[in-house]
Amino acid sequence: MPVKVRIPTPLMKLTNNQAEISAEGATIADILNNLESQFAGIKERICEENGTPRRFINIYLNEEDIRFLEGEKTPIKDGDEISIIPAIAGGVR
Amino acid sequence: MTDFTDEQIERYSRHIILPEVGGVGQRKMLDAHVLMIGAGGLGSPAAYYLAAAGIGHLGIVDFDTVDLSNLQRQIIHSTERIGMLKTESAKKTIAALNPDVNVTTYNERISSQNIKELFEGYDYIVDGSDNFATRFLINDACVLMNKVNIHGSIFRFEGQATVFHPKKGPCYRCLYPEPPPPGLVPNCQEGGVLGVLAGIIGNIQAVETLKLVLGIGESLSGKLLIYDALNTEFRKLKLKRDVNCPVCGDNPTITELIDYEEFCGTA
Repeated sequence: MPVKVRIPTPLMKLTNNQAEISAEGATIADILNNLESQFAGIKERICEENGTPRRFINIYLNEEDIRFLEGEKTPIKDGDEISIIPAIAGGVR
Repeated sequence: MTDFTDEQIERYSRHIILPEVGGVGQRKMLDAHVLMIGAGGLGSPAAYYLAAAGIGHLGIVDFDTVDLSNLQRQIIHSTERIGMLKTESAKKTIAALNPDVNVTTYNERISSQNIKELFEGYDYIVDGSDNFATRFLINDACVLMNKVNIHGSIFRFEGQATVFHPKKGPCYRCLYPEPPPPGLVPNCQEGGVLGVLAGIIGNIQAVETLKLVLGIGESLSGKLLIYDALNTEFRKLKLKRDVNCPVCGDNPTITELIDYEEFCGTA
């Protein structure tokens, strides 16, 4: 059951400029691995070596931050939507 | 009712007739103290509209001068002001728009040394800065001084906005505990931005500021608004206060201000 993953602008050069990717998996960790198999190099941009998201990137399952759910072990169900949201700094002086 | 001149009654008539604002609300705006960090992409529209609305005391912090490449989005400045201090340029534009607004300019770079002094006397801090070092510094100072932080940021065609309300909701470090290391995410002027996007997000910051001043509606505290201009999509994600947050958590480890390395050379 594929779910929709929203890719933030700073990572879109790794996804051939696609803002939405379809990925499969039972948990967030599965989804991240599936993304990596589709677009090599994307996982290390999102996660530390131990697989947890980097501290300046948050992952949301629908509207909820996975840190307040079960982290990377959070289960995914059909129709869910995953968003990867990095900190952005620009006010663009 | 609340001591307006005839001119003020006419100037603010479209506010005063709103039941949610009224004369009482307009007086709150005229008495409000708002500090705008940066008179750039976000600060230009935010400060411009806050001034039009009659925010009576507006501080503007910026150390930069107006450059031709700014004018694609920084609408408070103009071609003839190239080379002028942005604070001075903003003050001139605001003075021409609304003489009720008392503008105080701070032509300085924000650091841990001066931020507390700058924030003193203001209740609302509008973050229109352009780099992580300044954003984390603003956040920490707001938490330590109990100031409301109205946050906006933009990148290419995408913008984020929220309100960090100390004690009532999460802070920036609840979202992102530490600034990213240099090179991993775009910072400052890298990557470009659609000029109008700065207007959209800066004006959302202005709306949130006015709502907070007036005490009406529901603020973006606890919610991250994401605007995707290419797909014309607004999304709201939930933000929660992190009890382990290093600055606003239950056992804070950050109790003094930190100057992070400014890895783009501006503040």
